[in-house]
Amino acid sequence: MEEELFTSGRNIPNIDPSLQIWHWPISVYLFLGGLAAGLLFFAALFTIIKKEKETPTTVKYAAIIASISLIIGLLALFYDLTHKIYFWRLYTTVRIESPMSWGAWVLLIITPLSILWVFSYSNEIFPKLNLKFGFLKTFQKFLAKNRMNMAYALIPLSIVLGIYTGILLSAFNARPLWNNAILGPLFLTSGLSTAAATIILVSKSHFERKLFSKIDLGLIIIELALIVHMIMGYWAGSEVQLEAMQLLVNGDFTVMFFVFVIILGLIFPAVLEIIELKGYKVPVIVPALLVLLGGLIFRFVMVEAGQITRYLY
Amino acid sequence: MRYAMVIDTKKCVGCSDCVVACQTENNVPIGYCRDWITERVEGVYPNIELELRSERCNHCENAPCVRCCPTGASHIIDGGIVLVTDNECIGCGACIESCPYDARFQHPEGYVDKCTFCHHRLEKGELPACVSVCPTKCMYFGDLENPNSEVSQLLRNRKHKTLAPEAGTKPHVYYLI
Repeated sequence: MEEELFTSGRNIPNIDPSLQIWHWPISVYLFLGGLAAGLLFFAALFTIIKKEKETPTTVKYAAIIASISLIIGLLALFYDLTHKIYFWRLYTTVRIESPMSWGAWVLLIITPLSILWVFSYSNEIFPKLNLKFGFLKTFQKFLAKNRMNMAYALIPLSIVLGIYTGILLSAFNARPLWNNAILGPLFLTSGLSTAAATIILVSKSHFERKLFSKIDLGLIIIELALIVHMIMGYWAGSEVQLEAMQLLVNGDFTVMFFVFVIILGLIFPAVLEIIELKGYKVPVIVPALLVLLGGLIFRFVMVEAGQITRYLY
Repeated sequence: MRYAMVIDTKKCVGCSDCVVACQTENNVPIGYCRDWITERVEGVYPNIELELRSERCNHCENAPCVRCCPTGASHIIDGGIVLVTDNECIGCGACIESCPYDARFQHPEGYVDKCTFCHHRLEKGELPACVSVCPTKCMYFGDLENPNSEVSQLLRNRKHKTLAPEAGTKPHVYYLI
């Protein structure tokens, strides 16, 4: 038998008995950040390969969702800070070693860039909108002319943003559930997949919906493979990682993880998308909503379960 | 200069005097603590082994909390002491997540707080509050780079360990066992 306890009566709020430092806003941000990264990546990609005409939703309307997601995500991050009036300290320094510093700077660039991207399409998105001031019209024309440059900037920025949502967690070796190198690519894939699902939801073009059903199917398969790799990594890991894995495969989060994330959030929508691509009629809203919901629950599971895991000594 | 603390688990009786001394000296808010006592029981009666440890921030050499801090509020000063500048801290919680010892907490005012090795006392040539009050004199404090210091001598002559060395943080609170 082995037992360790605090005899001096330590019971610090949010620390004991297990960490509860990051709450729901962080999970919501990780989801929205990944979603925005995916949407902006697709918008930029289809602009660069000159397929704007075939994918109008991707390059125009979905970018509005990306901007709104980023703004809500930023508000959520700000809401979870406990020393809010000093938030500007993020922007008085660049800390190469700190993932959060990378994220803060990328968000500072990509959020306005996404709004400018939407503004560059303002005459097409809101045809009735009459820009009162002449300089706004000139500015809009200038942006439309430089759209390709914005696309080239968005590709690396959106990839960094998507990976960052995972690296933010995986950089902490004190939380064994998070501390694996695959979380960055996994969250990026999940972000791209939720973005594809969003485009399927809002697109009115049959071609676009079909194209993104195929893309989403591919991404779901990659995501499943990455999750298998993640579990294998824990399996082959040290004692602390084996214990962390128990939370997902045989513990408090097993139902959430296997039923809602893996089966309902990945496998079931993938099957529906295959059935649809075979030519049968499936309401596209079902797989798309399931992918989005699965992605959101995945972030909640990882953030909450990760904070329970720790080193024991 | 490399400050370190050495705690003799064979002498510690777990009285929590160090905890109270720290709370008084550093004005730690009620319900919080920068150091604490862990009791470890191993074995089945009557073959039981008991270990008492006064624990706190380990002032790690490879401090993950300093690495992940996005503003540079967490930093290392001369002597290897890890400190938090409260008006640079945004309360993001990254350092708390990164600490394998759960030694940090959010002060009710919002910034992150932790053991400072009482560096304000060190500047005056005094020992940290916890060390100075220990009734069994089980705690030692000094410079590891000086081979003649009490801590260097103890670590040379006694069997000792650090907590969770596998976390790779190179902690500098040593326990004599």
